[in-house]
Amino acid sequence: MQCESAVRNSVIALAIALNACSGIQSALDPKGPKAAGVLHLTWFLVGTATVVYVVVVAMLFYVLRRGSRSSVDLDHELGTEIIEHDRGMKTWVVAGTVLTTIILIGFVFVDLSTARSLSTVGGAEPLRIDVVGHQWWWEVKYPDPDPQNDIETANEIHVPVGRAVLIKMKSGDVIHSFWAPNLDGKKDLIPGHETVTWFRADTIGVYRGQCAEFCGYEHAKMAFYVVAEPRIEFERWLAQQRAEASTPGDSLAQDGERVFLSSSCAMCHSIAGTGAGSNNGPDLTHLASRRTIAAGTLPNNAANLEAWILAPQTIKPGAKMPANRIDPGSLRALVAYLQGLK
Amino acid sequence: MLFALALLGCKREQRQFSDVSRPTAADNGITMSELQPGPAVIHSNFQSPYEDNAFAVSEGKRLFDQMNCSGCHSHGGGGIGPPLTDDDWIYGSDPQNIFATITQGRPNGMPSFRGRIPAQQIWELTAYVRALGGLQGKAIRTTRDDHMMYKESEQARDKGHPWPTFVPSK
Repeated sequence: MQCESAVRNSVIALAIALNACSGIQSALDPKGPKAAGVLHLTWFLVGTATVVYVVVVAMLFYVLRRGSRSSVDLDHELGTEIIEHDRGMKTWVVAGTVLTTIILIGFVFVDLSTARSLSTVGGAEPLRIDVVGHQWWWEVKYPDPDPQNDIETANEIHVPVGRAVLIKMKSGDVIHSFWAPNLDGKKDLIPGHETVTWFRADTIGVYRGQCAEFCGYEHAKMAFYVVAEPRIEFERWLAQQRAEASTPGDSLAQDGERVFLSSSCAMCHSIAGTGAGSNNGPDLTHLASRRTIAAGTLPNNAANLEAWILAPQTIKPGAKMPANRIDPGSLRALVAYLQGLK
Repeated sequence: MLFALALLGCKREQRQFSDVSRPTAADNGITMSELQPGPAVIHSNFQSPYEDNAFAVSEGKRLFDQMNCSGCHSHGGGGIGPPLTDDDWIYGSDPQNIFATITQGRPNGMPSFRGRIPAQQIWELTAYVRALGGLQGKAIRTTRDDHMMYKESEQARDKGHPWPTFVPSK
């Protein structure tokens, strides 16, 4: 029985470990040139280190075996043995040191050349995106030469497949780190300093990213999604995000808009096309078009929106969104309004 | 012995994330004057949940800018609104008084924030305003400012000379 459970546990552990090799948040499953470049470098370093390790251990075992055979003769010709032994040892130590130095310097060259090739943006006319890190969500802006076409969203980055994306990053409070493992390495967001990174998604898909620098209580719940889609779909998404918020259709949603604008919601969130224009919290103009709420914490649906509005501190303790006292009728109207913000 | 002393260092302030305030009790019980028509009513003795709590004071400091209190009170020094760093309180310095001032609004420009800011955040603002006036415990420090110029924490600042231009019209 024990053996069976041990086997079962190790199978589960192996399955979990293999699971990390692919998926929407895995550096081992690159979907773009940057992540692929880093992964090649990783395999090269790990492969070389493994060969060196195997050779060193093999030599160690060889010497241990030989040593036990020749120890009998030591008493008879001690003097010459030691001199020969010294000479042999010197050769091996020098050879080992030289080889190690060559390998390490080689690593530096390979490492630097990889970094150099990955630091050049891979593609002409990259898409510009601005990302601002906040405790604990991502503000995402798509600047346009025509300012009225600027769009703002949160925690979800749409990119066209095959086009390079240039991301300028800032922080609103503490140091965060932008990391979408399938697409790019980590890049820190520093308060008062702009950092730049780029990536290119070569495969259609939704990839999960995560803050990779501890930034306070809800660091673990500071995720984002990168949606890589065909160019046409991306343009459609862009056009939809540029529009002002849709006017509430039915009377319930109209009530909801009134609740939103007359309560504390409007003190922090903005909805383009209404009077709400504060930028303390995420822009909600097209909230219903996003997959998740609270920075990848919950799927975006009515039940979760209600729970989040009423008691965000039980879902994400420490989040800057306060608990709201709101009667059930108003809450239902508010959620109906928010769900209409496509 | 030393180890036992070192263990004391593990004790840290509790952070209250969930809403522990009771807004109606404090809001309705506060009056601006002791004079009132009719018989005496029982005043609220609700205590602020965020007194002597550095985390609440720090959150209040963040909200003080975000809710644009600084727009008139200018980081506590006063400008359009009265300074908050001295011991001259027109409408009282108790947590309940400050809470009521924020929720109800006051003459000469202080707007009412009832229904606009959730009670929990008003209590946090209250805690910060009291720190500006030096009314919190000695150990209460806010988060430091992000700019380069070093300033002592609000609670510990010199309270002597606030912005001199404001003369309250009583």
